[in-house]
Amino acid sequence: MSDFLQYVFSGLTSGSIYALAALGFTIIFNARNVVNFAQGSFLMLGGMITATLITAKVPLPFAVAAATVITVIIGGLVQRLAIAPVKDADPVNLVIITIGASIFIDGIAAVVFGKNQHMVPAFSGDHAIHILGATLLPQSVWVMATAAVLMAGVSWYFRATLAGKAMRAVSINSNAASLVGIRPDRTVLVAFGLSAFLGAMAGAVASPITTTVFDIGLLLGLKGFVGATFGGLGSAVGAVVGGILVGLFESLVAGYISTSYKDAVPFVLIIGILICRPQGLFGSRVLDRV
Amino acid sequence: MMRFRNGDLLVTLALLIALPTVLPNAYWFDVTIRMGLAGIAVIGLNILMGFAGQLSIGHAALLAASAYTSAILVARYGLPSALAIVIATAGVTLISYGLARPMLRLRGFALAIGTLGLGIIVQIILVNEVAWTGGPDGMVVAPLQLGPWTISGERQWYVLVAFLLFLAIVSSLNLFGSPAGRALRALNGSEIAAQVAGVDTSIMKIRAFTAAGFFAALAGALTAHYSGFITPDLSAFMRSVEFATMVVVGGRGSTYGVVLGAVLLTILPQALGGTGEYEMIVFGLILMLTVIFLPQGIVPTLVAALRGKGA
Amino acid sequence: MRRYQLNRRGFLLATGSALLAPAIVHAADEPIRLGSVLSTTGPAAWLGDPEDKTLRMYVEEINKNGGVLGRKLQLFIYDDGSDAAKANSFGKRLIQQDNVDVILGAATTGTSLALVPLVEAAKVCLMSFGAARVLIDPVRPYVFKIPHSDTMAVQAVLGEMKSRGFRKIALISDTGGFGKSGRTETMKVAQQLGLTLTINESFGERDTDMTPLLTHVKQSDAEALLMISTGQAPAIIARNYKQLDLKLPLYTTHSQASYEFIRIAGPASEGIRMPTPALLLADSLPANDPQKKVTTDYKNAFEAKYKIDVSTFGGYAYDGLMIVVDAIKRAKSTEKAKLHQAIEQTRGFVGVSGIFTYSPTDHEGLDTSAFHMVEVKNGKFVEYKI
Repeated sequence: MSDFLQYVFSGLTSGSIYALAALGFTIIFNARNVVNFAQGSFLMLGGMITATLITAKVPLPFAVAAATVITVIIGGLVQRLAIAPVKDADPVNLVIITIGASIFIDGIAAVVFGKNQHMVPAFSGDHAIHILGATLLPQSVWVMATAAVLMAGVSWYFRATLAGKAMRAVSINSNAASLVGIRPDRTVLVAFGLSAFLGAMAGAVASPITTTVFDIGLLLGLKGFVGATFGGLGSAVGAVVGGILVGLFESLVAGYISTSYKDAVPFVLIIGILICRPQGLFGSRVLDRV
Repeated sequence: MMRFRNGDLLVTLALLIALPTVLPNAYWFDVTIRMGLAGIAVIGLNILMGFAGQLSIGHAALLAASAYTSAILVARYGLPSALAIVIATAGVTLISYGLARPMLRLRGFALAIGTLGLGIIVQIILVNEVAWTGGPDGMVVAPLQLGPWTISGERQWYVLVAFLLFLAIVSSLNLFGSPAGRALRALNGSEIAAQVAGVDTSIMKIRAFTAAGFFAALAGALTAHYSGFITPDLSAFMRSVEFATMVVVGGRGSTYGVVLGAVLLTILPQALGGTGEYEMIVFGLILMLTVIFLPQGIVPTLVAALRGKGA
Repeated sequence: MRRYQLNRRGFLLATGSALLAPAIVHAADEPIRLGSVLSTTGPAAWLGDPEDKTLRMYVEEINKNGGVLGRKLQLFIYDDGSDAAKANSFGKRLIQQDNVDVILGAATTGTSLALVPLVEAAKVCLMSFGAARVLIDPVRPYVFKIPHSDTMAVQAVLGEMKSRGFRKIALISDTGGFGKSGRTETMKVAQQLGLTLTINESFGERDTDMTPLLTHVKQSDAEALLMISTGQAPAIIARNYKQLDLKLPLYTTHSQASYEFIRIAGPASEGIRMPTPALLLADSLPANDPQKKVTTDYKNAFEAKYKIDVSTFGGYAYDGLMIVVDAIKRAKSTEKAKLHQAIEQTRGFVGVSGIFTYSPTDHEGLDTSAFHMVEVKNGKFVEYKI
């Protein structure tokens, strides 16, 4: 029982990170119908910048805040410079552009921060909490709590604020939205910024556990994307649930079946789910626009 | 039915024959051969991405599967390498056919993710099953023997690869102009419109996927015996991205375009090889800039420009 | 037909420059050409990067002081991205295009193995920074190795465990080349020494959470834990280990012998034991230790220039370069056969990783006497003897 709980804790921790990445993917997908492969790089930047600032003796809250702000700016730049100029909405081209952006950002990180691992000390100490025979790191609690707060915030943003509702309008029908005075390109910029914000926060809060390195973004981003697709690309709730489930499955398979094949789990999962239920858990039936 | 490309093909043939005379040493032959092998692989991917408009970022998985199959057949079962290549190519083509139906029920990004997942799963298997594959450090592959002759040295391989590349170009051009090719290309525009016009889209997509698999498998098996050394990295996500980029940058739908894409993207890491950490930055930049400013790809853009000036 | 001219012109340019290049350089002033293939990106970047930095730094320094035999050193370095196939391709380039006299690298066993068939065919000496025994056993005429082998590391660790009275060991290794090779060696040596492996599991080089794996270890009745990995994972394992409150002694190999490891693992690194070359103990070596001067000099120079902690990997590059330079001086030439002979005749060469003596039957050059067992105490590597 305690082992099961241990695997669950581990799965919930990584699942929370994937969920935030997945949420970021979904927000951008809804605004612009593009899968942003640079999402993983946003996570990396959040952790890397925080780590560098802390080494320079900047207090933790400022380091995280600065990391988030810088990443948001970079997210906005990606949208302005790489996505906005591409007028014809060919999804294949957009995917390749975001992959290029991701390689570019990772490359710059390698030059600026070096190729070594970086460390961020845990926010409130390393003393493990014992629960029913399993141990939980305080930092894991931070990760899960941050994820929960951010998700609630995003949900409120979409329901209660004008800007959030505007984004939902754009995702449903961007032509109609512009008819009522919403500017789709401004909305897409905000979407990228918001996504970068989520990614940076996830990266910063996870870095004491995962440590951070210039190319950590790729695999984390991919798993986040799997989570988003698993839950149903386009559904925010789906993204969160999908991300957490991916983390849980990964951990349980590692615990009970095989640790070497752990990384394959999200991808086997996604192929399975896409074949049985292509719209994901919460997505609506995919409609083809003629 | 060969269309008006006869002239182009003759020039291509002449180029392939003339090239060895200007290449200064074996290293340059090596680079050219790698371009040729990549060219064969992307001609296949072009059928899926360029003609049929389906995005795949797992093409490298099929290449790697075939490479390892051929290598293992020779190493473990003692098969002659020529036979191993044939079996590996046929086998992976069949597997592509089997995978095609479930995979192609996915649309758009879902298909991209599915193929990406395939690539990563294959890579993980290759890394973990050390007894079969030698694990992450790869395995040595026996050289290619056709009957009594061993194909050794870059010059001999050049002849073989150039020949096969030429055949691949011919078949791709043939397909392009044929009724089947037109049906495939109809899918690219709009699947629903194609269905309305009477095209059986499911079968067409499956055939495209299988064809892509065939070319990838052929390129993979050849790569194994040419390099003499293969690693699970052959199936890596970045490799699939490189192939997709060759297609997009060269020109989706254009046979010559994707071969040019293969040439450029094979030379790029060699040219950037000495720059160390800046390689990633430059590569990412080139990727973005080419796709943003030449969304149709290099060759179609050039062709359109030439046509525009002519008219 | 513009697109064909594009291709042809490119190749003509390349041919032209390749033909002109030798004419420009006068034979007597011809530089000594050093080739290198290193993993400065990819999972092995933290091995390849200090090696790259060390080579560049010392080639520049040697050239400033007049070069070797009055000739300048010219360094050709390529990044193989931690991939053996790329290493193979760059190896061909070094040999056929750059015409190097000797190759330093590659950073890992896997990438080095990819260079072996090329150097054997071209009769160019290879000074490998990969550790596994398989590189020099059987001895290949042109392949030399710098680091201690995984076999030696495993022998040192398991030997130490046995003398402490441990009988049941848990082994976790990564799926990379060094991890897999270390695993094979451990299973062999454990059997020879009569130790039982109660756990024998693997993890991925890039994994960020090993708590499921360590939970298995906790459930078993192992008395000590050995982790074998060249990647970033061990620092995370150390932290997971503390999180799960594991008490059994934790050992690792010399692949983690660097201050980076202590920095990343933080307080969780306390008490971890591993074998290490003398370089890491430079400051605490006694004054009469033959390696004292060379290790302290290298450490100070590297840290002053790059502002990062010295690492044993950079040390391998240093030793490789210096052995080659020493051999060139002794051979008074860079002619391949003479250079090969001179390298093979290296005797008692004091390097930062140990004191090297090669011979026609030994291309490893070191034995376990060059290893020191250390334990992390208060954030420093402290030597201990049982």
